[in-house]
Amino acid sequence: MQLTLLATDTLFFGLLIVAIGYGFYASKHEHLRAPWREVARNAVAIGAATVLATFLIIAVLDSIHFYPRLAQNDVSGETQLGSEVISLFDHLVGPMRTQVEKTYSAPFALYAFSKETIELDDGLTKRDYPRLIFGGSHLAGIDDRNGDIARLSLIGMTWAGLIWAVWTALLLGFISRAHEIPIARAAHNVFFGEFRVPYRTLLAVTGIITLTVGICVALAPHYHILGTDKVGIDVLYQALKSIRTGLMIGTLTTLVMLPFAMILGISAGYFRGRIDDVIQYLYTTLSSIPGVLLIASAALILEVYMSRHADSFTSLVARADLRLLALCVILGITSWTGLCRLLRGETLKLRQVDFVEAARAFGVSHTTILMRHMVPNIMHIVMISIVLDFSGLVLAEAVLSYINIGVDPSMESWGNMINSARLELAREPIVWWSLLAALVFMFVLVLAANLFADAVRDAFDPRLRVIN
Amino acid sequence: MISYIVRRIVYAIPILIGVNVITFLLFFVVNSPDDMARLQLGERRVTQAAIDKWKGERGYDKPLLWNHEAKASKKFTNTIFFSNSVRLFTFDFGQSDSGRDISYDISQRMWPSLAIALPVFTVGLLLTITFALIVAFFRGTYLDTWAVITCVAMMSISSLFYIIGGQYLIGKLLHLVPISGFDNGIVGAKFIILPVIVGIIGSLGGGIRWYRTIFLEEIGKDYVRTARAKGLSERAVLYVHVLRNALIPILTGVVVVLPMLFMGSLITEAFFGIPGLGSYTIDAIQRQDFAIVRSMVFLGSCLYIVGLLLTDISYTLVDPRVRLE
Repeated sequence: MQLTLLATDTLFFGLLIVAIGYGFYASKHEHLRAPWREVARNAVAIGAATVLATFLIIAVLDSIHFYPRLAQNDVSGETQLGSEVISLFDHLVGPMRTQVEKTYSAPFALYAFSKETIELDDGLTKRDYPRLIFGGSHLAGIDDRNGDIARLSLIGMTWAGLIWAVWTALLLGFISRAHEIPIARAAHNVFFGEFRVPYRTLLAVTGIITLTVGICVALAPHYHILGTDKVGIDVLYQALKSIRTGLMIGTLTTLVMLPFAMILGISAGYFRGRIDDVIQYLYTTLSSIPGVLLIASAALILEVYMSRHADSFTSLVARADLRLLALCVILGITSWTGLCRLLRGETLKLRQVDFVEAARAFGVSHTTILMRHMVPNIMHIVMISIVLDFSGLVLAEAVLSYINIGVDPSMESWGNMINSARLELAREPIVWWSLLAALVFMFVLVLAANLFADAVRDAFDPRLRVIN
Repeated sequence: MISYIVRRIVYAIPILIGVNVITFLLFFVVNSPDDMARLQLGERRVTQAAIDKWKGERGYDKPLLWNHEAKASKKFTNTIFFSNSVRLFTFDFGQSDSGRDISYDISQRMWPSLAIALPVFTVGLLLTITFALIVAFFRGTYLDTWAVITCVAMMSISSLFYIIGGQYLIGKLLHLVPISGFDNGIVGAKFIILPVIVGIIGSLGGGIRWYRTIFLEEIGKDYVRTARAKGLSERAVLYVHVLRNALIPILTGVVVVLPMLFMGSLITEAFFGIPGLGSYTIDAIQRQDFAIVRSMVFLGSCLYIVGLLLTDISYTLVDPRVRLE
């Protein structure tokens, strides 16, 4: 096994480290802790954050890439590495990735979706729905299926219940420690929602998530829970893999956008004069080009570049990954103008404030004023816009992939799933599972992100605090 | 007023030049005409002669910015920059890479786009404002909470879902209207209904929530308290005072998109097979026709700048405190 870091992995982990660093920093400073505490007391925000955390864990697992060791070793005794990069997530879900059928099959199906010519034992052929290679292959027939599903689900639920009970016990232990009350008292208070932190919501949401995961883990090795797609790949596996793509687009784009928006926005507002004129001109020009067209142009150019430098990509995965990164860069370059304008306006206001004037009168250098007085005081705007933009970017990915200017067609993404499923809608009976899976996964992620963003905005925006 | 408009138009010129330079850089410098030719003619097995022929037919064989071989003013005019980018200022879009006249195509395809975009815009706006006012009227109640939750949920649904779901439900299951297509005149109405409904529903969630915030901000102001103190009913306060004052922030978002309606919606038009500018652009992107994409970028920027100008003018019309200087 040999670990390998793709370009987006590096940036993603970098971003995670920065986020953890911010968490430590925020926990030490009361003015940052207060709004986050308010977020933590919001039941909706806690629920949404739990869902987001689950998605994040899957994305992190899916970002640890390595070359797997092949099962059969060489005669020479050297361990051979597979040529295909897989992620830790691929490794964990093993059967879901490797159990590939021939073509479409419905959720929990035993038989394929379309008829085929089957050779019978006596040499004759007939046209019928063939049995799937993996889906429900341990069953004798369709009659055993429902009972088997119920049995497996029950096993999964039992395990999930056990894990959830341990987690609940740990949490109650923590609460009783922190509040110095007996565990029974803590359990009572949690159940009746008497703490300001909505532990009850937290436990309920984690319970639902563990149950779902438990059932899926129990069923996935034996069935295709959400069916298979055109080339027989498990749809649930695709939808789960797409989480990483969605999160990458939502977070890395912000990473690309932030330096532009912050440096240009703050310097325009702070220095004014010529610098302000140039920066204003720059963002007015850029924002006057319709976003989709700018993205499309850049994506077309990327396509040309990729086809000209086809040899320099070591593997398909690396190529798809670079294209994802390029898409983030393109989206970032086209989307910094809004935040830049906001930050410029805020800095213009801030530079008139007494403490900044005082700092200037004392002869403090521009750099120090910017770093100590400007940046900390605009961070709430940056924070709000990061969380608000996220859901929009996830939705944008689906639309862009639909026009073929999104991520690489070989990369799992909800946009690509919808795009390929769209063509099959005309079929009779209709192939709905791929489409629905992508839309539901996207909906859950975006809804959670939107709800969380609302809570963050309410907590950080001083203007809203006045209104409410 | 007139002098203000003239000055704003003059200000728009550097921005348009900027847009032009950006598109020129993107399409001719970062990505050379040779690459375009190779992409159009097929990847590897293409001879240099074929590339040169392709470039020659489209006038891409000239030097980029400065023609050393030409004489006098031709040094500047006989270049790719002049013949392909500068002439966009006169709205002369030239020919597409596949040889069609772009200006003619645009003038033909503008109207189907408008036929979809205009009803979506007007009806959508009316519905959004009505719903938002109702929600603002019931602020702080369960109705308000659930309305906001529904809005957030509607915002979280991909626009692709609305389109596919609408096509499936109304077109395929209920057989009320054709799934896609377009026709001119009154016969075409049956093709327009579905995309319009889908377009309105798709934008409803975000719109209601956004306008609700605007209304709530307005309701918190002093003049509203005064109006209530005078003994006006809540309805009169909302519909007369709040609505009229909230029009100012609403205008910012609304007027700027008015000219952009001509550009149509990329996704909707592609899904419903409407021969408008949106599907024109998508086709161009998929066929990698750089000339069309370039023209549409320029046209879109022009329309956006017109929208900004209209926004400023409309401010003076609704808000007497704003004076243009």
